[in-house]
Amino acid sequence: MRSPPTDRLLRALLPIAVLALGVTLWEEVVRLYAIPPYVLPGPELVFSTVISDWAVLSASLIVTLTTTLEGFALAVVGGVGLAVLFNQSRLIEYSLYPYAVILQVTPIVAVAPLLLIYLPQPAAVLACAWIVAFFPVLANTTLGLNSVDHNLADLFRLYGATRLQVLWELKLPAALPYILGGLKIAGGLSLIGAVVAEIAAGSAGAGSGLAYRIAESGYRLNIPRMFAALLLLSVAGVVIFFSLSLLSHLLLRRWHESAIVREM
Amino acid sequence: MPADPPAHPVTSGAPVVALSGVGKTFANGVVALERLDLDVRPGELVSLLGPSGCGKSTVLRIIAGLSEPSTGTIAWPPAAAAGPRRIGFVFQEPTLMPWATVAGNVRLPLKLAGLAPTAPARVDAALARVGLTGFAQSYPRELSGGMRMRASIARALVTEPQLLLMDEPFAALDEITRFRLNNDLLALWQSLGKTVVFVTHSVFESVYLSQRVIVMTPRPGRVFAELAIDAPYPRDERFRTSADYAGYCRTVSEALRGAMGEEG
Repeated sequence: MRSPPTDRLLRALLPIAVLALGVTLWEEVVRLYAIPPYVLPGPELVFSTVISDWAVLSASLIVTLTTTLEGFALAVVGGVGLAVLFNQSRLIEYSLYPYAVILQVTPIVAVAPLLLIYLPQPAAVLACAWIVAFFPVLANTTLGLNSVDHNLADLFRLYGATRLQVLWELKLPAALPYILGGLKIAGGLSLIGAVVAEIAAGSAGAGSGLAYRIAESGYRLNIPRMFAALLLLSVAGVVIFFSLSLLSHLLLRRWHESAIVREM
Repeated sequence: MPADPPAHPVTSGAPVVALSGVGKTFANGVVALERLDLDVRPGELVSLLGPSGCGKSTVLRIIAGLSEPSTGTIAWPPAAAAGPRRIGFVFQEPTLMPWATVAGNVRLPLKLAGLAPTAPARVDAALARVGLTGFAQSYPRELSGGMRMRASIARALVTEPQLLLMDEPFAALDEITRFRLNNDLLALWQSLGKTVVFVTHSVFESVYLSQRVIVMTPRPGRVFAELAIDAPYPRDERFRTSADYAGYCRTVSEALRGAMGEEG
């Protein structure tokens, strides 16, 4: 059994080593076979493009990130809100849940062009980010609200707790680990939703998000910039995931099983 | 333990709660209780003893108002019937909210009753009673099984209930911890003068603790025998190893065998 510090070091170092290996291999292959940059740019060129095109790319990054975060925020509010509503009223749940599922199972790529017809582009992009992100929050929160310890529920009943007290003091805290799990999924999905809508808007759109830059650079055969924009999207996704993981860890570390490191 | 435990009087007088002809049939057709009569006398420590599935827990749930009897009546003295019933309930599991500290868990009944302003002193007092002073800010997962159960008992006592209902509270603990908690429970009962209804499937535990052991038959649950344990309090290890204790255990075991035999 490895001691925890060694284990933590390995967890940080091994992915970095794999990254270094991959990037070196990529650079060498491009150089060795003299692949032209409009077919496959080497990593060095991609990095230098990020820097040289920073003005354009950073503006696009901000546009995409804003859409993503707005979509995510709406998904959290909508998903948790709807789950609480479903939990409080079975009639509302029966009435609306099937439509939440339909919204989820209909591929967003197919919905995006329609939304772009009926909504102004920023709103349509936001709607896409919201549609894909809200369902995991709804589904996870619903599961969490229904996972309350029966004895604890009895205890609240014994002491005459009001519905609001049961919701606030018992159901929502019990659901928190599930909600946070939903948020982790929703963070990545809202980025995907925003990107899908930007791609669907394509050249017709007035937007200037990162996905739009990828499409535009593709038409112009500016392959290095495509890679540079893709790299930024990837980094954005990773940052979102780790931020949410950190949030989850901070909220759960004192009490939840998932956050406990056991000594073997 | 109190330095000078008062001899606990076996009180007579109007019962704290009286069940007469109580039957309970669950929706799936299982008859849990049938024509059950039980008077709980003020200040007594009475055990319900029977094999699992004999409806002992159902009796407690009916007394607590968590379950409605299908037939029969449950009567409270006029004074208690008027106001909200003050009942403490200890479940088989500690049933603590994992997201709250020990103090937060013990405070819960006061919080639900809107008694937050008086809470800190009462929480401290309840924790002191069960020997958990200094663990107020610990989370349940940081405590041993015995300490979690103590926290659960502190929570049940914090509202100063007249009636304490305990549903096999020590069944999941190891023997050493169980013996210690048995002694602590007796000390609490003697110093506080509460009425305790204690459900157990252990002959030895029921004899050690109670003034009265009520042996129940399984399926459907009914009172098979009622045995008085006339040994004086305080009871301690000397009682546990005495010939009297062994004699009572034999009598109760025989009654239990009779109750099981009646099942057919």
